[in-house]
Parts: sequence; C-alpha cells; structure tokens
Amino acid sequence: MKKNGTKWVALLSTSVLLAGVAAGCSSAPKEESAPSGQAAQSDTKKSDEKVTITLLVDNTQDSVNMAKGIVEAFEKKNPNIHVETETRPGGGEGDNIVKTRLATGDMTDVFFYNSGSLMQALNPEKNILDVSNEPFMANVLDSFKKAVTYNGKAYAGPVGSTMAGGWFYNKKVYKDLGLSVPKSWDELMANSEKIKAAGITPIIGTFKDDWTTQLVLLADYYNVQAANPKFADDYTANKAKFATDPTALRGFEKLEEIAKKGYMNKDMNATTYDAGLKMLAEGKGAQYPMLSFAVPALEQNFPDKMGDIGFFAQPGDKADTNGLTVWTPSGAYIYKETKHVEEAKKFVSFIASIEGTQAQASASKPTGPYAIKDAKLPDNVAQVVKDMTPYFDSNKTAPALEFLSPIKGSSLPQITTEVGAGIKTGKQGAEAYDQDVEKQAKQLGLQGW
Amino acid sequence: MTKIFKRTYSYAFLIPAAIVYLLIFIFPTVMSFFFSLTRWDLTTWQFIGLDNFKMFFKEASLLIGFKNTFIYAFVTCVLKVVIGLLLGVLLTSKIRAKGYLRSVIFFPTLLSTIAVGLTFSMLMHPSQGMINAALNVIGITGPDWLGDTRIALLSVAFVDVWKGVGFAMVIYIAGILSIPQDYYEALQIDGGGSFRKFWNIIVPLSRPATNSVIILSFIGGLRSFDLVWAMTKGGPGFTTDLIASIIYKQYQGGYYGLATAGNVILFLFVTALALPLYSYLNRKEVDL
Repeated sequence: MKKNGTKWVALLSTSVLLAGVAAGCSSAPKEESAPSGQAAQSDTKKSDEKVTITLLVDNTQDSVNMAKGIVEAFEKKNPNIHVETETRPGGGEGDNIVKTRLATGDMTDVFFYNSGSLMQALNPEKNILDVSNEPFMANVLDSFKKAVTYNGKAYAGPVGSTMAGGWFYNKKVYKDLGLSVPKSWDELMANSEKIKAAGITPIIGTFKDDWTTQLVLLADYYNVQAANPKFADDYTANKAKFATDPTALRGFEKLEEIAKKGYMNKDMNATTYDAGLKMLAEGKGAQYPMLSFAVPALEQNFPDKMGDIGFFAQPGDKADTNGLTVWTPSGAYIYKETKHVEEAKKFVSFIASIEGTQAQASASKPTGPYAIKDAKLPDNVAQVVKDMTPYFDSNKTAPALEFLSPIKGSSLPQITTEVGAGIKTGKQGAEAYDQDVEKQAKQLGLQGW
Repeated sequence: MTKIFKRTYSYAFLIPAAIVYLLIFIFPTVMSFFFSLTRWDLTTWQFIGLDNFKMFFKEASLLIGFKNTFIYAFVTCVLKVVIGLLLGVLLTSKIRAKGYLRSVIFFPTLLSTIAVGLTFSMLMHPSQGMINAALNVIGITGPDWLGDTRIALLSVAFVDVWKGVGFAMVIYIAGILSIPQDYYEALQIDGGGSFRKFWNIIVPLSRPATNSVIILSFIGGLRSFDLVWAMTKGGPGFTTDLIASIIYKQYQGGYYGLATAGNVILFLFVTALALPLYSYLNRKEVDL
C-alpha cells in the first residue's frame, strides 16, 4: 500500500509537470499570432502595402525556371504582391513532403502539384481551396478540369503544358539505317532488331531512376482505351484488372518482350535519366520511351542536337489504331488555410491566362499544347512537339490512365523495373500491380474494394 | 512525514528523465500501436481493426524484405566481428604507423551514410565506375555491383562493413588492451606461440567486446535503411528491399496506417531476435 503511495506521488507530479509543458507549448503561439493577425488586417486596409505570398514547386531546373518566369511577369503586373518561391524534391519524396505539409498545416499559399490520381490522394476537400466558380476556370480546357475535379468540384488552374508519353528517337540513326517511324508494335521491334545489328543500343533503359521504367506501360493506355473504352471506369470500380484484361496486359508484355530480346543497354540498372537523355542526343541509343517533358532538359543540355530528335506515339498491335497517350498539365493549387486568399486567387488566375502561358513559354519551352483556350504555342517550338501536333490535330489522343482513375499503385516503378529487367514476366508483373493498387483503393475508401 | 519524504524525494530526480522518456519514447510507441489499427492521414483516422496487418502480410515483396533484412544483418554482423577482431589484434601489436592506421580505418565511421552511399554507387557503376575500371586493368570484367540482382544486397552490405568496421575495431582495441599482462606472461612461460596467444587468450577474453559488437551491429543491421536507400532504393525492383525500406515506401505512398503497422511489426521482429540473443551472449560472458 505504501509502495502504491509513492507511485501515485510520482505519477501525479509527472502529470502536473507534463500539463505545464503542454500548456506552455500551446499558449506561446497564441500570444505570437495575435499581433500578426492585426498586422494582416492592417495590410488589407492599406492596399498599397506589399503582401508576400509563398509558392512551392519541385526542384527540377525546368520547374524552377518556369516558376521564376511566371513570378516575374506576375509581379510586374501586380507590384503589390511579392511571390516567394520554395522548392521541394520531385518523385515520391516530393509527394511525401506535400502530403506531410498539408497534414501539419504548414503549406505554402500556392503550390504546383500533379493533377489526376496524385491530386486525389491529397484529400482535396479538406486541404485545397475550391476554385470551380472562379472566372478564370471558364478558359480552362475540359480535359484539364476533369483531371482536377473531385466530387464535382475543381481545385486548380493548369500550370505548364500538356505532355505526351511515347518514344523519343534519334532521327539520324533512323536515317542512316533507312528506317521509318513504326506504326505497329511489330514494326517497332523490327526496327530495333536492325538497330541492334548495327551495333547501336536500340532502346535506352534508365532503371537507376526507376520511375522511367513505367513509360512503356503508361504510354500504352491509348491502345487500351481504343480496345476497351470503359476500362478506366471498370478499373476504378474493381471490375477490370491488368492481369485479366488482354489489352491492358499487353503493356506489361511489351516490356517483357523488350527485356527478353535484350534491346536495352547492358548497364541499364545503373543508368540515370540524365545519362539516358545524353545517349539519345548523341545517338548512342536510338529510341527512348519517355514523357515529352524531357524536351526542356534536352533543349538546355543539347541545343545543337535538337534537330536530330523526334517523337512518335507508342504503337499498338495494329497500325490503324495508332494514337498518343497524353498527360494533363500540373495544377496550381491554393492551400485552403491560406491567409491571402485574394492574392493567391489573383496569382492562379494569372497563371491560367493566355498572358500567363506566354510567360511560361518564354521561361521554359512547352512540351505540348497548353490547357487554356486559344493559347498558342510559340513558333520556335521544338521538333519533338511538332511531331506531336498531328496526333492532336486528328484527335488521336487519350489521357493517361492516372487522369481517368484515382488509382495508381505506388509500387508500379519497382514492378515495371522487375518486368523490364526480366526478373518477372509480364503476367506476373500485372498480377503484382493489381495487388498493389488495392492499398490505394482502400486508402481512398473507394466502393467495391 | 519525514519518512515518506526521505523515501520519495529521491524519485524527484527521476522526473526530468522520465518526462523526456515518456514524451519521446513511450508516448509515440503507444500511439503507433494505436494508429497501426487505423486508416490514418495524419490528422483524421478511422478505426479498421487488424486490416493493416493483414494487408502488410499480403505485401508481395514482404518475404524478400524479411529474408534480405536477416541476410543483411547476419552478413554485416559476422564480417564486422571477424574483421574488427583481426584489425584490433593487428593494431594493438607492435607495428609502426599504428596510430595512423587506426585513424584511417576509423575515418569512414565519421562520414554521413548518405554521402558514403552516393559515393559508392558511383564507384560501383558497371561501365564508368572506378572499381570496375581498376578490375579491367588486371583483366577482370567486373559485375554490375548494384544492378545484378544476385549480388546487389551483398554489395551494399560490403559498404556497410567498410563504414562500420572502424567502430568495431575501436571496441576490440579497448577490449584487448584491458586484458591483464599476466596472461601473456603465463603463456610465455608455458611456451605458447602467437597463434595460441590469439586463440586461447585474446578471443575468449575479449568476449565482452565481441558481445557488444554483435549486439550493436546485429540490431543496426535489422533496422538498417539509410545506406540501402541511398545506394539502390530497394531496387532493382524489390531485390534489395529491407523491411524498413518497404515501410518507407508505404509511407511515401500515403498509407500512414499501413506504414505504422509495418513499424510495429519491425519493432516486434527486432525485439524477438535481439532479446534472446542478448541474454544468451550475457550468460556466456566470462569474468577477467
């Protein structure tokens, strides 16, 4: 009994101290926030006083350039608003940072982030300001609106241009070997065989940056949709699977075929994305399945080689259904808890204006059309983008699956790496991926899972 | 009154430490046991029972993860003990440049793991790395150290040993130097050579040092994450995934509840292996 008594004393004093610590923690910010709140109020009263808003972008050279271009043009037009840019890493690490900063209430006023399935995972209703009824949304293309809509509300203006997933190729190598742009998968394989015989790497593999391994699968979605227009909806509702839908499975099988035939460079597992671009530009590798967002990086590092680099859509099994899989631009989102709603809206509506696209185009070469009505591409656009326009003009495009369905499994890069490196067959990869997406579907609380 | 005061007042000194321990260890641990049972997005949660654990054990790469974690911990542990002991013996003997060699071998311990990982992943590049370039000179075509699925994990383990063996060596040096000279003198009188000195005196009497090295490097290996992440990110595919990197990938995917469940499992796994090992090693320790 006496022993218990000492325990109680210890417990009591601990909890009292703990409470003191907790109270100290919570009261301090309150005292601080009161005067700054007043300052914010007086800011809005004096409209000539400068307001600073913050912006978060990913840290690739190109994103930073583009953000800089936008901010400069915007500040010129709105001298009262100063935009401070912060950067974050790209890829999975970046997703992590964005999610964590949103969850802990530490987000910048405006942030650029992917549209489509990645946006859906941000819990938009809770974290992002609804901009469906803002005037600037009237100029935004429907395809983009669809990619940033959650439960009937749109959450972003577009930033950057449309991208396509397909195959970069070295025109010089193609010309030297007398090859022509393939319209079917068999033609592509035949071309690769000839390139291999000539002693050049037919297909560039950059598995060290494992996100690049997804491209063959993702860029195949045009062909999936052509064969089964309902695939995305069925997939979201847990009615269609990659392993059981024959056209969806083809994406994995194509990757397996490339691996089996040994068309990729021997050191692919140690090759990075940057090294892959270099191989392409120098003609050491002939073809590179990649997103057209590589254009600015190519342009910056190999300006004299741009004429040699072309682009074609990933061919399907039949030549007559040849079309391009398209990636919707990123979104410019406004953090729901921002203290500067008006300024942030002004900034996003500038980004989503024709003037805004011009500012973007002069800072970073577009990788495809903009998602703004009547926004024109500059004349000096890269050859690669010119190669893309026929597909857009003849309406032979389909959005990538991640813009039609909120589900994209987080282990896909590892799974496609395994298939591309010949560790797993296409069928096994598809089965592994079907299992992987289940986690996200459950996390999102989708019906039917 | 004074009796109670006398008995309790010493506990007052425990309070600061207790608070820190409670706040940054016990509290998060208990919380993580709770959140492993929820679907959680850092601010809101929904109770889903054992679903996270079921999902975690369904993970296709999990078996690889457990296997790799065990291999990795075992290989690094054994190599650190063997190499650390040999270096310890060598650098307590009467050789020149002892101090210099000691600091050279200890130096990698001071480096940041990420920096070591990035450096070695460049050195181990199959066509442009220095290691294979050096092998080429003597006519050997080196493998793709980090890209070949059969040896990637061992390559990482090797770097881990390179980085950690200095620490094991220091522990051994301390252990060997604390062996009383009498034993060596007795051996000399009995006429034993240097092999017997090593096998019959140094190995058994530096047992406490061995135990420390085993425990530290084994637990370190089981929890290991940073070096693997810097060098291979668990790739190619899932071939070098450890439990910790699987958990991190789930956290990256935004599945916080699932990742927490994984951490709880890792915690239990490490405890289940380390505790019996620890008590077994302690029982076998001899007094000097």
